[in-house]
Amino acid sequence: MLDKNGIAKRIAKEVEDGFYVNLGIGIPTLVANYVRDDIEVEFQSENGVLGMGPFPFEGEEDADVINAGKQTITTLPGASFFDSAMSFAMIRGKHVDLTILGAMEVSENGDIANWKIPGKMVKGMGGAMDLVASAENIIVAMMHTNRAGESKLLKNCSLPLTGVGCVKKIVTNMAVIEVTAKGFKLLERAPGVSVEAIKNATEGELIIEGDIPEMEI
Amino acid sequence: MINKKVANITEALLGVEDNMTFMFGGFGLSGIPENAIAELVKRNIKGLTCISNNAGVDDFGLGLLLHQKQIKKMVSSYVGENDEFERQMLSGELDVELIPQGTLAERCRAAQAGFPAIYTPAGYGTEVAEGKETREFDGKMHVLEYAFKADFAFIKAWKGDAAGNLIFKGTARNFNPNMCGAAKVTVVEVEELVPVGELDPNQIHIPGIFVQRIFKGETYEKRIEQLTVRQRV
Repeated sequence: MLDKNGIAKRIAKEVEDGFYVNLGIGIPTLVANYVRDDIEVEFQSENGVLGMGPFPFEGEEDADVINAGKQTITTLPGASFFDSAMSFAMIRGKHVDLTILGAMEVSENGDIANWKIPGKMVKGMGGAMDLVASAENIIVAMMHTNRAGESKLLKNCSLPLTGVGCVKKIVTNMAVIEVTAKGFKLLERAPGVSVEAIKNATEGELIIEGDIPEMEI
Repeated sequence: MINKKVANITEALLGVEDNMTFMFGGFGLSGIPENAIAELVKRNIKGLTCISNNAGVDDFGLGLLLHQKQIKKMVSSYVGENDEFERQMLSGELDVELIPQGTLAERCRAAQAGFPAIYTPAGYGTEVAEGKETREFDGKMHVLEYAFKADFAFIKAWKGDAAGNLIFKGTARNFNPNMCGAAKVTVVEVEELVPVGELDPNQIHIPGIFVQRIFKGETYEKRIEQLTVRQRV
């Protein structure tokens, strides 16, 4: 089974030359660490920066330069700053090529829930609803099961939705899964994880066709 | 040149009353109008409806207004990192409307630009769209969202002049430009108030026409919410 960095490493392989990419908070943020260095990619943060660089060195942090997780960041040559309406024009207008975000639940028709647990956690959706409603290329990065060991890949989401029918691909600690019209299609297994184990950890319909290769990471 | 400069914070906040609706620029604690917030805390203006992406932290930003229970309702996209906020929300003391971040920005921009409402795909099929008008465009469903109506917009810019022209810095820009001219009165505080003519007209982010009052903020703490650094090798 993969750890969070392993999931990020596998997702990094989906990032192509010339892509503008929006990374959500959590595992998605780690993806930036594993993108091949022979391709040109620009990271967008919805609070208003394109061309995000690494965290600053100690003492060089600037309160006026942060990412959507409110962390201090730096910018790379060619970077730009912009206002929130323009930032979401990039997102809603489909100018961002790839969106990677975390989820609490995904259903077999591509619904996603990641912003609210009624009565427990109500922090808000931030930019997630805009991102999932408009992006054409959405990859969800998450653990296959929750802390209680229950599947996060469901027939129907039980939590309040963030978006409907929008998730295309899911990379978990156990598998790479494509969301198809018929349900979750198993594409790859994590190293050392059996198809049977993935099936047991997936509540929604899991489509298994032929031999399922092990992920290369 | 039409002068927008006011002498002090008292003059900048003239007309501010209980039960009004205010917009506040800022993302997290970055680019928040620290001086206007401090003055609202001092005056203890109550019953406020606040339109702001976030609600500050427990002891800074809008968190200061929350502590004095000055806020009746928050309209935001993300309110984590604030225990007092969560307590007031769960106990029902505080009314909270959570909306998608892009929708928040565009409802400000619509008010600024004179659009009564906009259609957005964000939130369709979720509880955010409940009770709202929806419409299909090119095979995709959209939600009708109305322009905000606010009494005051409190803005923080980096540099400005007495004509009200503004330049923002880094990601402290965020919602600030979208809220200028989106309320009946736009009050801007700047770090540097420069002589008219010094700002290059090519570099101005917001023209003075969207601003009614401008003043130089006395001090800026510019607190960092998540200090994240890497080690030198």
